[in-house]
Amino acid sequence: MDIPYTVEVRRDTGLTNGKIGIWLFLASEVMLFGALFASYILIRVGAPSWPRGDTLLDVPMATLNTIVLIASSVTMVMAWASLMRRRFGAFRMYMGGTILLGLVFLVVKYFEYSHHIHLGELPRTNNFLAVYYTLTGLHGLHVFGGMMVNAYFWGPGSKLWKTNPVWFTNRVEHSGLFWHFVDLVWIFLFPTLYLL
Amino acid sequence: MSDHAADMTSDHAVDIDKHVRIYISVFVALMILTVITVAISYLDLSVPVAVTVALVVATIKGSLVACYFMHLISEKKLIYWVLAVTVAFFIALMALPVITHSNGYWIA
Repeated sequence: MDIPYTVEVRRDTGLTNGKIGIWLFLASEVMLFGALFASYILIRVGAPSWPRGDTLLDVPMATLNTIVLIASSVTMVMAWASLMRRRFGAFRMYMGGTILLGLVFLVVKYFEYSHHIHLGELPRTNNFLAVYYTLTGLHGLHVFGGMMVNAYFWGPGSKLWKTNPVWFTNRVEHSGLFWHFVDLVWIFLFPTLYLL
Repeated sequence: MSDHAADMTSDHAVDIDKHVRIYISVFVALMILTVITVAISYLDLSVPVAVTVALVVATIKGSLVACYFMHLISEKKLIYWVLAVTVAFFIALMALPVITHSNGYWIA
């Protein structure tokens, strides 16, 4: 049985099912990260003292990662725009760029983590590090998950372009919405963890 | 913009070209705001002021991403409703630490 409303919009919602589905999923993601942010605020305001992030964390590395993730959002939206222009080659290039930038983000994160672990700064060391590892770890998992989905659309999943280009374009748009959300979360994580 | 993929006509391609120019402008704006975010952290601001300024800049950046990259600026009404409910719950969640921590003392 075919999945309904993948290409044509539903009359009642004015949307494809995939579009409403990804937005409902992102709403649940807002609450997931929201719960962790609220916990962070609770722990921080309740602590007798709290270190500034830049005294313990590597701000230049995190700034680099911010630039990398924002750039990846641009390549992601350009990948989708390329499909809208029916330029599959350009889509492959931009989507490949998005995946590579995601990989750069995770490699930088690996160096950050390994530096802290080398110094014996672990989640159990103090509340600041526990919050840091939890929030950046969950965010890193989202980056990894987004990369996997994007890699699927770059590779085997792109076969759909030949048989149903509109559906494929919609799927890339939905994947992009998740990727931009991951970027959006980092935009808030960066100042709250590293700079304040 | 939500139905872009459902209608890939030549008129739409022209529309997309216009949007690509906007994406580039948003990218430049986000880079400038990132520099501002880091620069502000070097100013000797009190914690409440620093938190407020950092969150205001982050909110502007986040809004640019949501409005233009996620196409929220021209989305269907149902998506706005979903997000309105989400924002209401998110605000309630963020308010919890504030209402339970008054004047430096925890409310039992």
